Amino acid sequence: MPVSGVSADATVLSVRQLTKLFGSFAACNGIDLDIKPGEIHALLGENGAGKSTLVKMLFGVLAPTSGTILWNGQTVRIASPAAARKLGIGMVFQHFSLFEALTVAENIALSLDDKLPLAQIAARASELSHAYGLPLDPHAHVADLSVGERQRIEIVRALLQNPQLIILDEPTSVLTPQEADRLFETLFKLRAEGRSVLYISHRLEEVQRICDRATVLRHGKVTGACDPRQETPASLARMMVGAEVAHVSAAGTTTRGEVLLEARHLSAAARTPFAVALKNVCLKVRAGEVLAIAGVAGNGQGELFDALSGEYPVEEAQTVQLRGKAVGRSGINDRRSMGAGFVPEERHGHAAVSALPLSDNLVLARYWSDRKAFLSGPLGLIRSGAVKAAAKRICVEMDVRKSGEDPAAGSLSGGNLQKFIVGRELDRQPSVLVVNQPTWGVDAGAASRIRQALVDLAKSGSAVLVISQDLDEIFEVASEIAVISEGRLSDAYPAGELTREKIGLLMGGLYGKTEGAHAH
Amino acid sequence: MGIFESILLTIATAATPLLIAAIGELVVERSGVLNLGVEGMMVMGAVCGFAGASLSGSPWIGLVAGVAAGAVFSQLFAVLTLSIATNQVATGLSLTLLGLGLSGMIGEPFVGEAGSKLPNLFIPGLSELPLVGRLIFGQDPIFYLSVILTVGTAWFLFRTRTGLTLRSIGDNPASAHTLGIPVIRYRYLAVLFGGACAGLAGAHLSLVYTPQWVENMTAGRGWIALALVVFASWRPARVAAGAYLFGGVTIGQIHAQALGFGIPSQFLSALPYLATVVVLVMMSRNKRLMMVNTPASLGRPFVPDR
Repeated sequence: MPVSGVSADATVLSVRQLTKLFGSFAACNGIDLDIKPGEIHALLGENGAGKSTLVKMLFGVLAPTSGTILWNGQTVRIASPAAARKLGIGMVFQHFSLFEALTVAENIALSLDDKLPLAQIAARASELSHAYGLPLDPHAHVADLSVGERQRIEIVRALLQNPQLIILDEPTSVLTPQEADRLFETLFKLRAEGRSVLYISHRLEEVQRICDRATVLRHGKVTGACDPRQETPASLARMMVGAEVAHVSAAGTTTRGEVLLEARHLSAAARTPFAVALKNVCLKVRAGEVLAIAGVAGNGQGELFDALSGEYPVEEAQTVQLRGKAVGRSGINDRRSMGAGFVPEERHGHAAVSALPLSDNLVLARYWSDRKAFLSGPLGLIRSGAVKAAAKRICVEMDVRKSGEDPAAGSLSGGNLQKFIVGRELDRQPSVLVVNQPTWGVDAGAASRIRQALVDLAKSGSAVLVISQDLDEIFEVASEIAVISEGRLSDAYPAGELTREKIGLLMGGLYGKTEGAHAH
Repeated sequence: MGIFESILLTIATAATPLLIAAIGELVVERSGVLNLGVEGMMVMGAVCGFAGASLSGSPWIGLVAGVAAGAVFSQLFAVLTLSIATNQVATGLSLTLLGLGLSGMIGEPFVGEAGSKLPNLFIPGLSELPLVGRLIFGQDPIFYLSVILTVGTAWFLFRTRTGLTLRSIGDNPASAHTLGIPVIRYRYLAVLFGGACAGLAGAHLSLVYTPQWVENMTAGRGWIALALVVFASWRPARVAAGAYLFGGVTIGQIHAQALGFGIPSQFLSALPYLATVVVLVMMSRNKRLMMVNTPASLGRPFVPDR
């Protein structure tokens, strides 16, 4: 489906002085952007730089406050996603706009404006997905699909409209390196057909690899327009962050102590039809060590965290060992009392109650393990003075920027709240810390602060287990790396011995786990 | 007409209001809205249906008045929960309380008045068939409507693009919004349909089931309809099965009470509720099926950001 040719210096899409205000806050402030036919154009920026707001305006989801959008030289008002699609703009969202309870074909049908019979849509989707190397079963339920497969639905859905411009929002954040390579092949194919791609990312390496031009955003403003291949990662990062990002000094501790956290042939059945069962997971974390568990989302990370933390105790007590004691049947408070700390994945609603102040969130997590400090008398009344002092101590220690003395957790930015909930555990000096996706959706400054804190904790003689999807993060903090895939955990390898390629293969489950072999 | 045939006839009459109210609520919940005001809308339908028939002299006008009352009443809920995004549970409960009170006030002059009953429709030829003839082709008009509504809703939800869109909104309104689907408008229409159905079910009570007005005459049927929808895992055919099971046991236990088996009558009266819940719980044990059919956004307000 080639697109009709346009003259060389023409632009498919131009944006002039585009601004979006939320109240008095300018999410996008006077943005200029030009996208030419047949180019892969990168939109670079930190979390919160305004990338998502910008593309939502381009796709008609948000209405701009001021500024103009030109499509093939004509001023247009994009009132709705349907209008955007009609112009020839396709969009692949970062948080997929998919319906889990519906089939692939039904999901695609919903985004098409012409009302074709479902069978015909299924046939066309299947044909198109194979042509672009993105195989899909149109009759599968979305809930049963992996994240990579879900992304394919979004891409095929966009391609079915025969778009001139395709916008991809952080497409590789959920993919294995191999899956990402396949995606790039597809993008090159689209470029060869004369289509344009707006590629949103904060990953410099892949932007340099695949993009022809780049526009960099910071705090809602354009801070640079360049050819990424002429730049260095450091110069791009400077444009993105505005300052040098502190480097995490890696763990690399040589003194390994005793095993503090261990899983022995840990298995757990899936609790819901769409959850992943843990299958014979073996791992050991020693004092002074950071074990990182890599893996693509939805491969049992959440279930592993639940089993290790005691959020859902497992059947057999001896399959989880904390400082040499069998704790598989114990709840989270008992495990905390034994010196363990846990930081779950979602900040809002899981790790913290958004509507409550920081001090209350502190009590909720530690009311049992720190009951002597935080509660008084037989009724267990909260000593608010002690709690507030502790909350303040954590904020100072982790450099949590907040408005007011004790604000609601929900009023903090993602990075600051994440620093608080990690700091809440570090404050206790836990001998074992289990943390799931410690820096997901957090800006680079906060992320490096959190990672450094994790490394420092290990250096001081604690055992740290980090579950993460971010390979950069894993290589920064880990002394040992294991990979989880479909509820199975690979052997652990010293971080220095692993390459990204090998981790990618492990993520795909290609390396067989040797039966009975333990993490060391 | 034999005794057996007349029992079956009354079963259909007992099941019809439940079925209609539940089908209406099913559509509402499939759009992600939980309207706990079914009982209130139903009782408004019952009183307005009766009043309309009494004042105009025509049960047909009563029927229209009942449907309209349910529909109008539901829009109160729609404005509050959809436009102002109030809590759906609290608003629905208030709607029920308001409906029960308001209907008592409207119905005051009609208490004790003899009502007029909607005539049964006999389909020529077919109603003369042996056994099933009278049963299927000689019923009250609302019975036929309930059949059409059930089949029509199933077809609409699972065979049409608009039905697919409605289900997608119930699954994930934020995604639907980003695809450019007018979420709030769909939800308004779904609530309107649910209200009209509840009104129709109420009108059935006061124009067919027991053609008179008694305060609080819905007697919890709205709640049963709500439970039916959940236990039937939001599928129209299962809702129908549940409604007829409830109707069957209701009529059965009345006859059992008359025959006097020596079982406490309170237990027998509770039996329809118990039987329906047990059977539907068994039916909804398939977790996967529940997962795929449960509207994931049920009860959560949605405010489009624009």
